[in-house]
Amino acid sequence: MSYFALRHSGSARVLPGFGLSMGISVLFISLVLLLPITGLFGQLAGLSLAEYWAIITEGRVVASYMVTIGAAAVAALVNAVFGLLLAWVLVRYDFTGKRLLDALMDLPFALPTAVAGITLATLYASSGWMGGWLESLGFQVAYTWVGIALAMAFTSIPFVVRTVQPVLEDMPAEVDEAAMSLGATDGVAFRRVIMPHLWPALVTGTGLAFVRSLGEFGAIIFIAGNMPYETEITALMIFVKLQEYDYAGASAIASVVLFVSLALLLAINVWQGRFIRRLHGGKG
Amino acid sequence: MSIRLDNIAKHFGATQALEPINLDIQEGELVGLLGPSGSGKTTLLRIIAGLETADHSPTPGRILFGERDVTHVHVRDRRIGFVFQHYALFRHMSVYDNVAFGLTVMPRAKRPSAQDIRARVYRLLEMVKLEAFANRYPAQLSGGQQQRVSLARALAVEPDVLLLDEPFGALDAKVRQELRRWLRHLHEEFNFTSVFVTHDQEEALELSDRVVVMSNGRIEQIDTPETLYRAPQNRFVFEFLGDVNYLEGKVHNGTLTCGDAHLAVDLPDGDAELLLRPHEIRLAEQPTPESHLPVTITAISPVGAEVRVELEADWLAEPWLATVRHADFNRLALRRGQRLYAHPRHWRRFPEATENAEVQTHLA
Amino acid sequence: MRRIGDAPLVRRLLIAAAVGLSGLFLLLPLVAIFAQAFSQGVSVFWSNVSDFYTLHAIGLTLGIALLTIPVCLVFGVALAWLVTRFSFPGRRLLQTLIDIPFAVSPVVAGLIYLLLYGRNGWIGSWLNSHDIQLMFAWPGILMVTIFVTCPFVARELIPLMQAQGSREEEAAVTLGASGWTTFRRVTLPNIRWALLYGIILTNARAVGEFGAVSVVSGAIRGQTNTLPLHLEQLYQDYNAVGAFACAALLALIALLTLAAKAGLEWRASRREAFA
Repeated sequence: MSYFALRHSGSARVLPGFGLSMGISVLFISLVLLLPITGLFGQLAGLSLAEYWAIITEGRVVASYMVTIGAAAVAALVNAVFGLLLAWVLVRYDFTGKRLLDALMDLPFALPTAVAGITLATLYASSGWMGGWLESLGFQVAYTWVGIALAMAFTSIPFVVRTVQPVLEDMPAEVDEAAMSLGATDGVAFRRVIMPHLWPALVTGTGLAFVRSLGEFGAIIFIAGNMPYETEITALMIFVKLQEYDYAGASAIASVVLFVSLALLLAINVWQGRFIRRLHGGKG
Repeated sequence: MSIRLDNIAKHFGATQALEPINLDIQEGELVGLLGPSGSGKTTLLRIIAGLETADHSPTPGRILFGERDVTHVHVRDRRIGFVFQHYALFRHMSVYDNVAFGLTVMPRAKRPSAQDIRARVYRLLEMVKLEAFANRYPAQLSGGQQQRVSLARALAVEPDVLLLDEPFGALDAKVRQELRRWLRHLHEEFNFTSVFVTHDQEEALELSDRVVVMSNGRIEQIDTPETLYRAPQNRFVFEFLGDVNYLEGKVHNGTLTCGDAHLAVDLPDGDAELLLRPHEIRLAEQPTPESHLPVTITAISPVGAEVRVELEADWLAEPWLATVRHADFNRLALRRGQRLYAHPRHWRRFPEATENAEVQTHLA
Repeated sequence: MRRIGDAPLVRRLLIAAAVGLSGLFLLLPLVAIFAQAFSQGVSVFWSNVSDFYTLHAIGLTLGIALLTIPVCLVFGVALAWLVTRFSFPGRRLLQTLIDIPFAVSPVVAGLIYLLLYGRNGWIGSWLNSHDIQLMFAWPGILMVTIFVTCPFVARELIPLMQAQGSREEEAAVTLGASGWTTFRRVTLPNIRWALLYGIILTNARAVGEFGAVSVVSGAIRGQTNTLPLHLEQLYQDYNAVGAFACAALLALIALLTLAAKAGLEWRASRREAFA
């Protein structure tokens, strides 16, 4: 009986649970994800455009954008190179300790950001293992933007490694072999055959690392020094405004951060989709 | 360019993929490496290409292209063209860029001018009938088209030898047939030395000047397709090259008996096993004094030039397959369930000790 | 077999670079945590950990994680079932929406909850008039923790369930199994390891969340201080050893998470090898 009922409902929903899973999902997403965002817009509605503009373009806030974006860009670029190296080594070579190295790649995701924050601050302070050594070479890391970039790079390295790794794994040996049989040297083959395959993943991973770095808070504030105009990140600006009970100010700045992050995420998704379509002829 | 393999062997861990092999391929020859999976044919091809290295011990082998010893030459410097089963086209490059790749990666001193590259790529694309697709990406082409691009790409660098690894294996039957004909044609026109790997005996027999039959890392036989089919040197080759029917029984006083079936044979007393090809079985309504093999038709498949008929009988462990011309099929008015008598025109025996074929022909 | 970059020199150089940099950049901090925590001996570490406020922070943190996990589990399974077993308009949108917590800065996440449920928010003011306080109390911490961790289970399940397809469930239904039986006897055994890993990730993030929680918690010692917040306070009070004692506990959870992941992956690869 149920067979006919299913057939005649004119739907391909053979499996049960559509209503239930749809109900839970939509309710959850609405209540947990979307509703709170309306709170932000409610707060912003109380601001005139001029007030809003004044808050988000105030000198100290703009300085925090520059620090955050600059450090995040440096961190992302460093991670692009470092992450590519790690993914390559983990996929292409066998060596003792490989499994350990592979597991270590997830450490920044698993380690609470505050723990990373105080650890990096301690390590790179002038009294720390790394800081003392670097200072003797003339580099100061803690309490400078370099420290901020370092903390960002630490927390976001898995994005690059874990995005590039599967793509590299899926590259058949034949692609290497074809390039070599046509006379390409390793350098040429890497540049002209392997890199074009990895670009989409590398850009996606780097982009995700960048977005994560823009919003990072816990790992950075301990090492940053938090000097206004110098080493103050935007997330901290929001936090400072909140401590001063300036909810409107915090919301205005938060809306900028939120907008930029979501726009970047969307851009990454669209860009990735375009690339995939070209390589797979419209599928996927 | 001729190819000579001297004492080429290969281990993977503890398994011997290739026993020491010697093989001479003449200039301009089209040679098929034929065998089941695991026979070592692909390994052999990859060693010729330089994608695998042959064993150095116990005794080092040698690979010669003409007079040139290429044993220790890297694949990129061997001047081979390699065509992969799954095409291995560079997905991010257009058809044009794929074909041009080998030319554009040459050292600057040897690299043709941009114009020459263009001219050569278009000449090749014309040859593979894909000049209209130069700006497409591989994902936009059919499997057969992709394999033609892959061939043009391999030929662009004017290799000394062309190596193809199951080049048509991933394509459907009709395209495969077309590409085979086309490759044969290309080969005759340009006369390069080619070696290809296949597990499809029909493909090997149709394309090759000579076929190398392999199993378990050994060469079983090297011969022209005609010789191979007519005079298989051993049981493996015979079984691998086509359908086989088996007749097992006891011979006594020149008669092989198996249940209620019997056949006059010129063999010493004892156990014997006869092997017959489907076209070597004639069907008739009556037995003869020499041959009494009652069978029942269980299936009929009238596809192609001949009708394939499946036969069963109490005295048979496995059904037999016979092929009948359409004229005979109509004359005998064959139908399922019909009881008939099978008459072998011809059979072979491969006594285990000698592994040499013993052939008897019967006039039916 | 030869591949690009297999020349021994290139190989050794790249491996050395990768191992060296990872050691310096990732492993050294991990070592430093434990070195700092035990820098004044085990007994000092122990007294730091067994301090009343630390114990309270541990309890609160674990409690929050314990409440977060079932919520995320139900949501994750429901969403994964929905988007991998049915096609309907808006399916892609749902999949994009669950990535929001990954893109939103934790501070912003805390802020939007504070704005809505805080005393001045439109829900918060109503709750306030009924004497219900969510912000600067444990329910607020729970709410932002759920926000931050909700994608993990779904993100683990969706690719797996997509790859597995719904053939097996369809077979079960044609054999007369009810919805719940189908899920329990067919789906669950196929996804249990991914589910477990999703839970482990959820737990790791729930235990360690800092930015969002610090906005809504108020960080009252002995009341709304989670372990990461407690660690921050100790650090700001120049009690570095105490801070690192808490850090060591959290790092231990992180290490267990990594070990669990490695174990589950090893298991999966072994099963693939046999398949």
